[in-house]
Amino acid sequence: MVKDKKKLLIIILIIAVLPLVIKSRTVLNALVLLLIYATLGEAWNIITGFAGQTSFGHAAFFGIGAYTSAILFFRYAISPWFGLILGGIIAALVAGIVSFPFFKIRGHYFAIATLAIAEIVKQIFVSWDYVEGATGVSIPIIPRDSSFFTRLINLQFNERLPWVYLTLILFALAIFAASYLENSKVGFYLKAIRESPEASEAIGINPRKYKLIAMMTSAFIAALAGSLYAQYILYIDPFMMFSLDISMKIVLLTVLGGIGSVYGPIIGAAIFIPLSEFTRIQLGGSGTGIDLMIYGLLIVVITSYQPKGVIGIIETVRNRRNKNNDGGEGKGEAAS
Amino acid sequence: MEQIITNGLLMGFIYALVAVGLTLVWGVMDVINFAHGEFLMIGMYTAFWMYSLFSLDPLIGLPISMIVVFLVGVFTYFAIIRRVIDAPGLTALLATFGFSMFLKNFAQFLWTPNYRYINDAVVSGHSIKIGTISIGTPQIVASIGSIILTILVMLFMDKTRTGKAIQATALNKNTALLMGINTKKMYAITFGLSGACVGAAGALMSTFFPIYPGSGALYSVLAFVIVALGGFGNIKGAMFAGLIIGLTEAVGGYLLGTQFKYALVFLVYMIVIQVKPKGLFGW
Repeated sequence: MVKDKKKLLIIILIIAVLPLVIKSRTVLNALVLLLIYATLGEAWNIITGFAGQTSFGHAAFFGIGAYTSAILFFRYAISPWFGLILGGIIAALVAGIVSFPFFKIRGHYFAIATLAIAEIVKQIFVSWDYVEGATGVSIPIIPRDSSFFTRLINLQFNERLPWVYLTLILFALAIFAASYLENSKVGFYLKAIRESPEASEAIGINPRKYKLIAMMTSAFIAALAGSLYAQYILYIDPFMMFSLDISMKIVLLTVLGGIGSVYGPIIGAAIFIPLSEFTRIQLGGSGTGIDLMIYGLLIVVITSYQPKGVIGIIETVRNRRNKNNDGGEGKGEAAS
Repeated sequence: MEQIITNGLLMGFIYALVAVGLTLVWGVMDVINFAHGEFLMIGMYTAFWMYSLFSLDPLIGLPISMIVVFLVGVFTYFAIIRRVIDAPGLTALLATFGFSMFLKNFAQFLWTPNYRYINDAVVSGHSIKIGTISIGTPQIVASIGSIILTILVMLFMDKTRTGKAIQATALNKNTALLMGINTKKMYAITFGLSGACVGAAGALMSTFFPIYPGSGALYSVLAFVIVALGGFGNIKGAMFAGLIIGLTEAVGGYLLGTQFKYALVFLVYMIVIQVKPKGLFGW
């Protein structure tokens, strides 16, 4: 059912080879973040790109995933692999329960509701002692001389290379899942609902049922990305995990990469994550905020002076790639 | 309890003024301005610098704050919004998101992240007692100012030719253009007016809130909820929703503890929207 299986495999293969060629820690770090955000973008794309329900609250699911695995490891020393799956299930359930009543609500009103959900989740985590409240969770570090097997069980590595491959595997799963969904019956139903809820209902599609499936799948994938992110940076707190900034970054890179396309998130992430890392490394650390200032300005310039430019340019690249059959845009940006 | 309700209502009027600015742009141009909170921050900083450099009281400096943020709004329209208003979907929103990030960090770059206060404004340090209720003068002046300005905006939109032209543009841009309305100018005025509202709110709030680069961010999230609660583009709706949110925050904070007051505000929105899917005054 996965269309363009070859194309997807080529993209994944190129990312897999990249860290073997470029060994700089900075580049590997950017690559890990890029893959995590691209995974989040794939998740967001399912509910917003396919089903047409704009979510400004995906940080909630990302954070729930991160907290589930981090807290299980922090309190009971349970392997993050278990937390990863459990976090996905919890996020999917939360997403299903809280968003179900809102599926009848259209457009911006739904978007603001998702924003409200994320804010409420943040407030709960801030004042919840079991999850360490506003202090945040520092994930206990295992001894440096642990064997690779122990490290794998506990998802902690001394180098960045394993992280690139772990996040790549997750991203590959996400993009294949999204592609499968897009070309399945459910995917077509979702697009029908996006284009016209009334018409799709008239031909016997239950919009709420399929939106629920999309929302829960989306939250599940976002939570997996959250778990990996928590293990990667080893510290989480409610303000950074549930921030509007994360939700908006997901929207940003997916929309500018190409909303509704499975390639959109990876294209967007390949542009924006290296850009953000580059400004942060070059200009950050002075505490003057000049890095984010320039980054914000670049977003403005890209969106407003080339509103169709980024997508347009990529479209041409895509067409050319179709002809030559050699994939993998974003390689150049990832290396910067 | 009376005290808490009074505080909530007073805060509600200020929220209403912030939200009126946002709802104008939203209703007329269908653009979610993520930089709205940063406009508020600029209004507060303008009041602060007028006060500390020229010893101008924030109340006297209020028109200056309004003009400055009006100009920022017009500039935003011409530099950014004009280019993205016809772009598909969420592009305009993302442009304003980038702009908000720029403004917040630009303020931090220029003026450091330190908290600043206006301590001895004319209104500071007094309070009025009515029965058992005691109201700080800064709050009462801010609320009265907000009420006056909100009413002025409503009158402007309903009674003046420009206001009517803006409404026509909001209803149908192309028809308005055919009727000889300069829609670009109307959009610019709307953005400026939105800025003026929030600039005034900033000046009024500067006497009792700390001023720092992130001071607008919280209010922009609240303003989104208020605008949606009132119904997009509905000024009257924004005003009532502002009051409801102010009350919820004060009473909820008192009953459940201040850490849950915003969670409660968002919950109110989520419940109301179940009954009125297009907001209180939406259609």
